[in-house]
Amino acid sequence: MTVYVKGVVFEGVDFDDPNSWKLDAYVARGGYAALKKILQTGMTQDEIIAEMKASSLRGRGGAGFPTGLKWSFMPRNFPGQKYLVCNTDEGEPGTFKDLDIIVNNPHALIEGMIIGGFAMGITVGYNYIHGEVFEAYERFEAALEEARAAGFLGDNILGTDFCFQLHGHHGYGAYICGEETALLESLEGKKGQPRFKPPFPASFGLYGKPTTINNTETFASVPYIIREGGQKFLELGKPNNGGTKLFSISGHVNRPGNYEIPLGTPFSELLEMAGGMRGGKKLKAVIPGGSSAPVLPADIMMDCTMDYDSIAKAGSMLGSGAVIVMDETVCMVKALERLSYFYFEESCGQCTPCREGTGWLYRVVHRIEHGQGRPEDLDLLLSVGANIAGRTICALGDAAVMPVQGMLKHFRAEFEHHIEHKHCIVPGY
Amino acid sequence: MLTPESLAQIDRELAKYPADQRRSATMSALRIAQVEHRWLTNELIEFVAGYIGIAPVAAYEVATFYNMFDRKPVGRHKLTVCTNLPCALSGGADAGKYLQQKLGIGYGETTADGRFTLMEGECMGACGYAPVMLLNNHSMCSHMTPDAIDKKLAELE
Ligand SMILES: Cc1cc2nc3c(=O)[nH]c(=O)nc-3n(C[C@H](O)[C@H](O)[C@H](O)COP(=O)(O)O)c2cc1C
Ligand code: FES
Repeated sequence: MTVYVKGVVFEGVDFDDPNSWKLDAYVARGGYAALKKILQTGMTQDEIIAEMKASSLRGRGGAGFPTGLKWSFMPRNFPGQKYLVCNTDEGEPGTFKDLDIIVNNPHALIEGMIIGGFAMGITVGYNYIHGEVFEAYERFEAALEEARAAGFLGDNILGTDFCFQLHGHHGYGAYICGEETALLESLEGKKGQPRFKPPFPASFGLYGKPTTINNTETFASVPYIIREGGQKFLELGKPNNGGTKLFSISGHVNRPGNYEIPLGTPFSELLEMAGGMRGGKKLKAVIPGGSSAPVLPADIMMDCTMDYDSIAKAGSMLGSGAVIVMDETVCMVKALERLSYFYFEESCGQCTPCREGTGWLYRVVHRIEHGQGRPEDLDLLLSVGANIAGRTICALGDAAVMPVQGMLKHFRAEFEHHIEHKHCIVPGY
Repeated sequence: MLTPESLAQIDRELAKYPADQRRSATMSALRIAQVEHRWLTNELIEFVAGYIGIAPVAAYEVATFYNMFDRKPVGRHKLTVCTNLPCALSGGADAGKYLQQKLGIGYGETTADGRFTLMEGECMGACGYAPVMLLNNHSMCSHMTPDAIDKKLAELE
């Protein structure tokens, strides 16, 4: 797998060196300098949050919420315990960037969390790691040990009176736990069923205490912002889309992998970096932000730049930055069938529209794919979708509906052909 | 029901959480128990609940919600292959078919000699390494082409 780096999270990481993840190597490439800067120059909490705001960093977990703003919501002077939580429950199909961060540069995440703890007056943090990447959990635990031994983590960090404890916590196979309140339930040792919001985690989070949750890549971007300044980070990207971002490219390209590039890079350039289309085939469509993002046809995608605003304008979303590339041989009905099965399988079952609706969507797409579709099925899909979206506690319901809507918006003719002729226009995956 | 080593591992997990939040360690305690016994019987789940100090139903809730827990006997090696779309575009579904054919079993089944259990998985967050297969809930095997599968299976007694 390829890793291409022109960005802040992987800056200086040597992917061929098995020791590059370790503390010594991290420190040698400027690691923990941001933490030292804060503790030794007396940078204040307000100054840190101001830098975060200036950076225009938007949450890398999918929703793109401005991180500085989120951090400012935390009641800093709340008297009781507060918590900081990292979301490494990466399970959105197509996304594999956080795995690479934990494995190859875990201290960037750890340093980012320590800084977050300092900025919001939090002394305890957890990192919730997707169960299937268990080796990454072990790597994270090893990195924590190193950070503790070196005095960057734990009690009296670098000889100051600032204390921050951080622990790894693994999942065990549930996509829904990527949703932040399901994650909190799971971290409390329960089944991962999302909570009603409000109250938001900033007031009622882990164990009912104020909690801030960010994605792995979000935290791992923090050391650079503090070291180099928010303005410099912002300028790496474009206005309202600060910095660089990791894109996980999968599917029909020659070099699948993680590409850390400035936000605002044209999609056509990214495709070229990834070695272009596998086998010289033609690009048919791209899912630009993880499986929940509506699909975009090739011509629209080729005009997009890779940033939140451009992809949103094109009718999809940048989401987690997972770019699923499909060539002309892909049958859209079959592709959607597999995605719909995923949401059906992973719905936590709490809300009726999602529990029943995801299965319904899957069964209808399944029968179209298998030559038993009916002419009215496409309208049925849209109507079932409309009865799920916006009617559930969390956004998994919407995530299940968006792929259906995107496919029918851009590839309706292919579905109609399937229903009429009972087979695909093209060979398959 | 668990060895001192497993109990020590559970203790290490418990230490991560506030003293009045021992329940938070349920998932890792069940995982540790499953690693030792390969699958979770009701007795084992109850034992874990007792050790943590929570109601058996609370541990059962966790054991039944999360996909990686096995509540039926599994083979010596559990193979979970990802067939979700990003992987399928790079041979994930084919890897699944090849494994079924080679082992002569379907998803959710175990070979007669008790050597392998085959499972179909959802996205593991490793799509760049497709086709991927998770071995015994622990090791991620990358680029599982038929040749690579043959080689991997030959290593597993
Ligand atoms: C169904 C569902 C799955 C999600 N999965 C993830 C995930 O795997 N990783 C993640 O960081 N955020 C995920 N999110 C988003 C989180 O709820 C949350 O917005 C995010 O972790 C906040 O971090 P950020 O502001 O740094 O992006 C998911 C949301 C939903 C609705
Ligand atoms: S789709 Fe297979 S690991 Fe992500």
